[in-house]
Amino acid sequence: MNFKHKYFFLFPGLFVLIGILIFPIIFVVRLSLSGWNSYNPGLDYIGLENYIRLFTDDPRFWESFFRLSFLSVTTVILQYVIGFALAHMVWKDIKFKRFFRVLFLVPMMTTPVIMTVIWRTFFHESLGPVNDLLSVFGVAPKWLTDPVIAKFTVIIVEVWQWTPFMFLLLLAGLLSLPKEPFLAAAIDGASPVRKFIYVTFPLMAPISIGAIIIRLIEASKIMDTVYVLTSGGPGTSTETSSFYIFIKGLREFQMGYAASMSFTYLIIMIISLTIIAKVLTKVLLKE
Amino acid sequence: MKTCLTAIISSLMIFSPMAYADKWSDQFPHIKATGDIPGDCSYEKMSKKNYKGKTLKINTHAIPVMGEPTALHAEQFEKLTGAKVEVTHTPAGDLYSKAMVPFQAGQAPYDVVFGFSNFINDWKRYLAPVPKKYMNSPEMKDVTKSHMGVSSWDGTMYQYPVDGDRHYLKYRKDVIDNPEMQKKYKADTGNELRVPKTWKEYAQMAKYFNDWDWDGDGEKEYGSAEVMKKDDLMFAAFFSRSVAYAKNPRTPGGFFFDLETMKPNINNPGFVEALTDWVEATKYVPPGGTNFGLGDEIGSFGGGQTLFSFSWDDAFIAAMQDDSPIKNKVGAAPLPGADKVWNRVSNSWENQYNQAPYIVWGWAVGVAKKSKVKDMAFDYLCFFSNGANHQADLAIGRFGVNPFKNSDFDPNIYINSMGWDPEIANSYTQTLLDMEKSNNRVFPLRVPGVFEFTSAVATGTSKALAGQLSPQEALDEVAKEWEAIVSRVGKKAVQDAYAVGVKMEDNKL
Repeated sequence: MNFKHKYFFLFPGLFVLIGILIFPIIFVVRLSLSGWNSYNPGLDYIGLENYIRLFTDDPRFWESFFRLSFLSVTTVILQYVIGFALAHMVWKDIKFKRFFRVLFLVPMMTTPVIMTVIWRTFFHESLGPVNDLLSVFGVAPKWLTDPVIAKFTVIIVEVWQWTPFMFLLLLAGLLSLPKEPFLAAAIDGASPVRKFIYVTFPLMAPISIGAIIIRLIEASKIMDTVYVLTSGGPGTSTETSSFYIFIKGLREFQMGYAASMSFTYLIIMIISLTIIAKVLTKVLLKE
Repeated sequence: MKTCLTAIISSLMIFSPMAYADKWSDQFPHIKATGDIPGDCSYEKMSKKNYKGKTLKINTHAIPVMGEPTALHAEQFEKLTGAKVEVTHTPAGDLYSKAMVPFQAGQAPYDVVFGFSNFINDWKRYLAPVPKKYMNSPEMKDVTKSHMGVSSWDGTMYQYPVDGDRHYLKYRKDVIDNPEMQKKYKADTGNELRVPKTWKEYAQMAKYFNDWDWDGDGEKEYGSAEVMKKDDLMFAAFFSRSVAYAKNPRTPGGFFFDLETMKPNINNPGFVEALTDWVEATKYVPPGGTNFGLGDEIGSFGGGQTLFSFSWDDAFIAAMQDDSPIKNKVGAAPLPGADKVWNRVSNSWENQYNQAPYIVWGWAVGVAKKSKVKDMAFDYLCFFSNGANHQADLAIGRFGVNPFKNSDFDPNIYINSMGWDPEIANSYTQTLLDMEKSNNRVFPLRVPGVFEFTSAVATGTSKALAGQLSPQEALDEVAKEWEAIVSRVGKKAVQDAYAVGVKMEDNKL
């Protein structure tokens, strides 16, 4: 019997895949080889000119990339540590367990832009409540106007917003762990710390790697928090790659150049996240 | 009997506009202060149009600034003409791209697009010129020469005037004009306390009145509120500070570039001096002031937090609204000048007083060339800015509608309908009027790819404000970027476009 007609059933899915995944990437690559901008609309062909400009004459892109690396790695580590602690807490039988499980998820359910506007109001240095409270202790940090502190303000908001996501994944992981190793550890008289180090953490390694990689992918696209909180300032101290690409593409309308940055960024992210995943797997799953 | 009848008929004729006013203001309370004002696009005239079954699509700014009057006048227009008007609200930063993307794709999802007047060069090829019918209307004849220039490109009007913008100084009159404060300031500094004539004086006073409770309200006040947040119109604030040092009336031929060579002037000593002043200003703004956008500036000065402010009208109007704690305690004056001005031809400072108004870009609106309802679109815009709507809009600070008609410079408008102190109303209108009359004005940069140029200025100046670079290094970086942009866009294209602006600045248009 000829089953070749079965391939026809694959076409709808294939069309969708081409339409929403393959076509945009191909279009971005084509756009990156054009000089499309506000005064020269259209897909002309300028070869690798945009890429040459990016690699030889745009230190701001690379600065924003290294800043992004710092921000995303720091936020994801903090989210992992806090998320794991919270998940571990409500994994056990504590009072109001259900209430806390829902409560910890609330930040993730709020709209990032709206919440960032609220955080910006909190951190407003002359009108916000944070410095008002801290003035009791005689301190008034420049949350949004000091180049160093502003980075940590962005980190605080990101950690607050996205720790629940980490919490959710890790809690799901904890709830799916087999009971036997814990029973064995209890029989052996292992202390809670030893139980965590030698049983819980190793068993959670696969899900931890997944959670960290997912969050790293998301954190590397950080845009709305920076846009609302600092606009990349003071100076360029909180400017990230995605925000810089946004400025070049949609503010300055350098579509061709922004496309070349996007594609370069995509390649870098694929390579670096693959390496990170391999390293994490090697370190956490060594046994 | 005949005399009596004539008197009645005469009275009816004389007061007929008033009769219309009553009729329309009952139905549309927005214009209750004036009633309908006769004109080509008055309520009366619009009510005779029939656009039933037609739809007008508008993209405008978010509510309230410009978004609120757009929606309000759209609703009124619907009631009067039977048209259906769909209004889309868009954040300021996305107005350009939201129209530009479909424009470039050959589409016209919006018939009417709001934006800023400095979009004109990039947008003009996609916009329909304002038809003669409207150009010859009495309302249009009332628009000031400078705002006719801002809305037009080389004599052709592409943007329908709905707003007029310029930067000027706002100050706390209750402090600057206070004899006790003047005495104290003199005793402490040896200088006169007066409306600052130079940016150096501005800085001295702002520093002196920084970080203490000088109005006795129990809270600290500060020197100055300015737009310093990166990418939030800060480049316009920087140009306001630069004009005094870098716009020399004796060296025509370009403020931003040397028109002949297209070499950027942005890193010449005039601009560097202005940026040095601005870096110094970070010491006398409220806490967090270096992250102030326009909204923060309006709230800060309008809320009575600072002695000075400069930029668009909004902070002044906010301060003069009924709910303001400093209503009738503020004054308007020209932007401060400088005791020296850079001569880019002789490459030296001229030690003489210089002041230059900055006719900054403001809200602008055009009709898409590909719109299928252009007549209705222009009628809507004409209605938007008719006499009654315009006067009512001027009184509401959050609307962002500012004077752009010669008749707007009548102080009685502000005294009678807004309750302003006559002295303040006079100083406000006189300040604006003097800017119109000045021969040393700077107009916004309106060249292809304008956003690339202004974005470079925002990045460079913000690095200087954050201490990442010195003023000279920051502006050298901007100049280098400007040269690269000119080279990318094409020197001839930028030069030709810039020549139009230079003509206005050199009073040749």
